Amino acid sequence: MERLRRFIGILGVVAALVLFMGVPSGMAADVQKNIILATTTSTQDTGLLDTLIPIFEKKTGYFVKTIAVGSGQAMTMGQKGEADVLLVHSPDAEKKFVDEGYGINRRLVMHNDFVIIGPADDPAKIKGEKSASGAFKTIAQSGSLFMSRGDNSGTHSKEKAVWKAAKLNPEGQKWYQQTGLGMGQTLSVSAEKKAYTLTDRGTYLALQKNLGLPILVEGDPVLLNIYHVIQVNPEKWPKVNAEGAKAFADFMVSKDTQKIIKTFGVDKYGSPLFFPDAKKKDKDLGL
Amino acid sequence: MDIIFEGIYKAIVLLFSFDREVIGITWLSLKISGIATLISVFIGMSFGTSVALSEFYGKRFVVSLINTGMGLPPVVVGLFVTIFLWRNGPLGFLQILYTPMAMILAQAIIATPIVTGITLAAIQHLPKSLRLQIRALGATRLQMVWVLAKEARLPLLAAVMAGFGGVISEVGASIMVGGNIKGYTRVLTTATVMETGKGNFDIAIALGVILLLLAFLINATLTQIQQRERPR
Repeated sequence: MERLRRFIGILGVVAALVLFMGVPSGMAADVQKNIILATTTSTQDTGLLDTLIPIFEKKTGYFVKTIAVGSGQAMTMGQKGEADVLLVHSPDAEKKFVDEGYGINRRLVMHNDFVIIGPADDPAKIKGEKSASGAFKTIAQSGSLFMSRGDNSGTHSKEKAVWKAAKLNPEGQKWYQQTGLGMGQTLSVSAEKKAYTLTDRGTYLALQKNLGLPILVEGDPVLLNIYHVIQVNPEKWPKVNAEGAKAFADFMVSKDTQKIIKTFGVDKYGSPLFFPDAKKKDKDLGL
Repeated sequence: MDIIFEGIYKAIVLLFSFDREVIGITWLSLKISGIATLISVFIGMSFGTSVALSEFYGKRFVVSLINTGMGLPPVVVGLFVTIFLWRNGPLGFLQILYTPMAMILAQAIIATPIVTGITLAAIQHLPKSLRLQIRALGATRLQMVWVLAKEARLPLLAAVMAGFGGVISEVGASIMVGGNIKGYTRVLTTATVMETGKGNFDIAIALGVILLLLAFLINATLTQIQQRERPR
């Protein structure tokens, strides 16, 4: 029995120690100070949020929980009241989201553009093509492999819109494959399989070094990639942290933040990854 | 191939330069999975032992359930825990989604059937005559359990290692219920997934190497205890 008692004693000490060092240290952070930000993978994979969020937290004392998913899933989280604020790039779905009363105060933050990339030898010969839908048509006709995100993200929505403009339905075709992954991983898969794909320029520039897939088509106005910040409507979901959401949204369109966005990535990639757009109207971007 | 060596080199650099972020991530992984394993050991070992030592109608069914639970897919656990912990979900009032607490919960759910199943098998494997003999010598039930547990020390420590190994290497549930938040719920596995997404394969490999190293250290310690000469 002596040993048993000693054993239980040791167990108790270990458990107490673990609880002591583990649980109190920030495991139950003050709820009112938490903001759940649902956003797209591109803002995380480019490193932009890693730069901006610490500044915001320091300034306001809020703690931001960034959940990086596709724009589609981010908006679903907003619809269920499981996020406070969204930073997304899927304008048509966003409008619907706001119209249905799930979101308020949708504001323009920044843009960059989508580009069509593919293997350097360009089997479908789309290089230099001016229109995105024209390029997609050519890819379809040549039956060259195309990688789609397939995850309802902003990029995937854009891709579907371009297919629609090309009057084609690639679903189920042998040359059309869906990864179901984020942009970064989809780029890696495309590089490995030497496939064409549609990507936002930010993620592409950040990952370019490992890819070996040059930009083949760019500059079509259709390929504009626009990011909005949306506050989840607290009237629909009383548990939403409305103040925190507003603070974050205001921060994203503030002058200082816009200045950081403007130069973000220039030192590393030689060109900016995003162009700040706060105070502009949708119309100015041709929407 | 080069990228693997680059990754290993990077791991060494990150470890020995005491990179604060990497140390933090490693420590958090250890803390979350360690607590989850402790919880699962507590529940799993008592439950496993009770089931092993009692006879009741439907015991085989219960054992089948436990054994199925040993293969519980982490993503499925993650999905259910997320839905339960949603603000507007049944346990939303706890406000712990996207916190380390949620990760501990999910990991404990994953590890508990593993520990239970192995404990059950270990205790059942002991000869029945041993139990009779201990009782005949006048031991209380608690004393008997203690002797049996000592007798089954090898497989019981294997249960701890299997539980810990299952959760420290798990990514699906952790990323869902934790959210991979920098400095808060980012652990070695979720950071590896993210760095892979960013195309930073060298850092991803480095994190993987650190994870393996950590698992090795823990298991080596447990093995040391397991393989000690039995006191007779």
